[in-house]
Amino acid sequence: MLKLKVNDIEVEVEEGLTVLQACEKAGIEIPRFCYHEKLSIAGNCRMCLVEMEKSPKPIASCAMPAAEGMNIKTNTEFVEKARKGVMEFLLANHPLDCPVCDQGGECDLQDQSMYYGVDKSRFKENKRMVPEKNMGPLIKTQMTRCIHCTRCVRFATEVAGVPELGAIGRGEDMQITTYLEQSMQSELSANVVDLCPVGALTSKPYVFEARPWELKKTETIDVMDAIGSNVRVDTYDWEVKRVLPIINEDINEEWISDKTRYACDGLLHQRLDTPFIKYNKKFEKASWAEVFKIIKSKFENTSKEKICGFIGDLNNMETGYVFKEFFDRTLNIKNYETRSDNRYVDVSQRKNYIFNSSINGIDESDLIFLVGCNPRYEATILNARIRKAYLNNNTKIVSLNEAGDLTYPYKNLDGQSQTLKDIFENNHELSKDIINSKKPMIIIGESFFRLNSSKFLFSKINEFLKKNNKFLDEWKPINILSCDASAVGNFDIGLINNEKNLLSELKEHKFEIIYLLGQDNLNFNKENEFIIYQGSHGDNGAEIADIILPGSAYTEQDGYFTNLEGKVQKAYKASYPPGEAKEDWQIINEIAEYMNNRKLFNDKDELESSMFNYLKLKQDKEKEIQEFYDHNFLEFQNEKLFLDIKPYFFSNVIARSSKTMIECNNSKLNFKSTGTEG
Amino acid sequence: MSLRRPSKNQPEKFEFNSQSLEAANNIISKYPEGKQQSAVMALLYIAQRQNNNWIPLAAMKYIAKFLKMPYIKVYEVATFYTMYNLSPVGKHFIQICTTTPCMIRGANKLVEACKEKISKNECELSNDESCSWMEVECLGACVNAPMMQINDEYYEDLDKDKTLKILEKILNGETPKPGSYRGRLNNEPENNRKTLLDFKNA
Repeated sequence: MLKLKVNDIEVEVEEGLTVLQACEKAGIEIPRFCYHEKLSIAGNCRMCLVEMEKSPKPIASCAMPAAEGMNIKTNTEFVEKARKGVMEFLLANHPLDCPVCDQGGECDLQDQSMYYGVDKSRFKENKRMVPEKNMGPLIKTQMTRCIHCTRCVRFATEVAGVPELGAIGRGEDMQITTYLEQSMQSELSANVVDLCPVGALTSKPYVFEARPWELKKTETIDVMDAIGSNVRVDTYDWEVKRVLPIINEDINEEWISDKTRYACDGLLHQRLDTPFIKYNKKFEKASWAEVFKIIKSKFENTSKEKICGFIGDLNNMETGYVFKEFFDRTLNIKNYETRSDNRYVDVSQRKNYIFNSSINGIDESDLIFLVGCNPRYEATILNARIRKAYLNNNTKIVSLNEAGDLTYPYKNLDGQSQTLKDIFENNHELSKDIINSKKPMIIIGESFFRLNSSKFLFSKINEFLKKNNKFLDEWKPINILSCDASAVGNFDIGLINNEKNLLSELKEHKFEIIYLLGQDNLNFNKENEFIIYQGSHGDNGAEIADIILPGSAYTEQDGYFTNLEGKVQKAYKASYPPGEAKEDWQIINEIAEYMNNRKLFNDKDELESSMFNYLKLKQDKEKEIQEFYDHNFLEFQNEKLFLDIKPYFFSNVIARSSKTMIECNNSKLNFKSTGTEG
Repeated sequence: MSLRRPSKNQPEKFEFNSQSLEAANNIISKYPEGKQQSAVMALLYIAQRQNNNWIPLAAMKYIAKFLKMPYIKVYEVATFYTMYNLSPVGKHFIQICTTTPCMIRGANKLVEACKEKISKNECELSNDESCSWMEVECLGACVNAPMMQINDEYYEDLDKDKTLKILEKILNGETPKPGSYRGRLNNEPENNRKTLLDFKNA
């Protein structure tokens, strides 16, 4: 520990920290533009100048390592003058267009020039003009405003792993540019909008939409992938204007993916705002009472074995729980399912379907083995973590499949399940690496569980790791990478039917009533089934439905989500459902009331406490389960593991309804335009 | 000094010839394993020499691949340093020093000569596209002011007539004799030296 003084306050900091961090520890704010905790130090904006005893010149505190016995002053006239000078230079070429700049109101330069700047300019010459750059459909550039902090360049190179941004030229003529003249080939690209301390890089879909002080800000949870990124949803009346990240060091650090940020315009399109009934293949508006009446008579006139329910990928846990309760208690049948494919999931123990070593564990791991997953598209934030681990610890990364560019180098194997069997039977060079590794991480994607012999292989993996003492108290090497926000939550609640294969029965047309709750990914041909669709968007599910119940999207209802690590997080209501739409749990509760004259739950609190009680009981029961690995009765066959990944920009109903996502898809993947899309 | 833009006419391909390749490998071998990217400046210079005094974008891409580094990083370096030419400057690249000592000794006359003989504006190719001229900062030969540099050679102690003659020769494809044009050896005093007479090779 180093002892130093900041404005006569004594602080102790660890070795390797900078003067700026020491100042922060002493509770003193240092203005800065180029310095960012998550990026490397550049030291080029000079805004963080402070006075150091025995130094004739002011020092850049962000780049100066703290040393024993330093005496730092930040409140002297000397420092004030230095800051004023720096600010004057920064503003020399900065246009005074704050009234028409989207950054206005949340601009670092605006705020800091109010505190540290001078109120008039001595710069009489013409200001520099910089041509705008084309950075794709997400980032609007106004490069004249750029103050050359190079945060965006460092972000692209370090975190996103796409070295496509650079600073060309020198001095006054320096320009930030991408040689590509197209969008960055990264799913994290829009984070540069947050990083930019001025209005040089702003959000294109949000351009001239609102001022920050007009927006209602709600801190909530994202549902675009299973990571559960912490986000802030900004709303203007009903409309969700934008989504921003909030810091959660354990999950998303400071970043969110482009899909999380920009799929929000999908919340405004294709919405279901009133109940519909299909007459003669045409949907007609109806009232809630009408649809409830039809549903009641249908349920009462059908034998319960002929009823089944499928729940989707975006529902919160309360909805899942009330759906289950509705089937268990009101209909008295266990025909419900959350999976939309025939993948193998063992829900008897929680560790079989969650990301056990946690997202933070990636930083500690020394060997990462990707089995049947492409983290770049399935969990973008997690992929950024793996890249960080690769950069900091030089973690060895192996993938069973060729997964394309993951932004870090990895070794890929042939993708055969025989290879996987060899590895976990100690017949492969990788086996030794796993045994020798202190904290190995096996990341298993959903594609793996679609293999015919996935049960056998999963049991083999468990056995091998157990035998080699890789399961420690603080380290569980098996990590399941779920793709959907509600996957782990629904497994926790037990919305799964392992006794019957509901999907194949569905395809054989064994059911008469099908209740789809936000489930749009089922691939089946409708015949005579009566389909009730409850959801927020008019998509595949609503198209085949006979009755549509308008539900709410994730920003329109309070609800818990369990992320892939098994962390329960609460999403808050930022907006309200459109038109006559209701919150999802309410709809089911009301159907139950209509049918039995009794609500399932009196209010949301009762539902919540009942749900948590259920989860706790389930967890207690789990502890009693004895583990054994007997796979002699299981079959193995050699097959090729296919990485079956949903199209990144169209993975759920909200993204599919978003115009921005269509633009992204067209621009990023060099999609050939046919003139018929959109 | 303004932002130098890459030329609009770019060759599609660039590759080191055997001589350049040898020179490049020689330079790279001076850096420790894993730090080969440090050779980027030298390699850009080699490319510039090989390609008639300018670096096309294809060469930057080639060097980026050669050193296994991102293309934008090479591009950054090439645009930062003013002595890398990003557009064609001709086989004979004429740089006239116009910093104070040369200016006082009449560098402007040299510029006039260039304007008459080569092209009206600086950095503009002559009619036969074989040469161009440019005003530069001090080339470190103040004792022999005014002077100019043509490719690797210095032409010193010039005036307008002498410059015109040199340029004439250059345009005719001859190679004029480099060095002082007032008959002195290097930068020794005119009419023989007055001091250090005891030393033969002082």
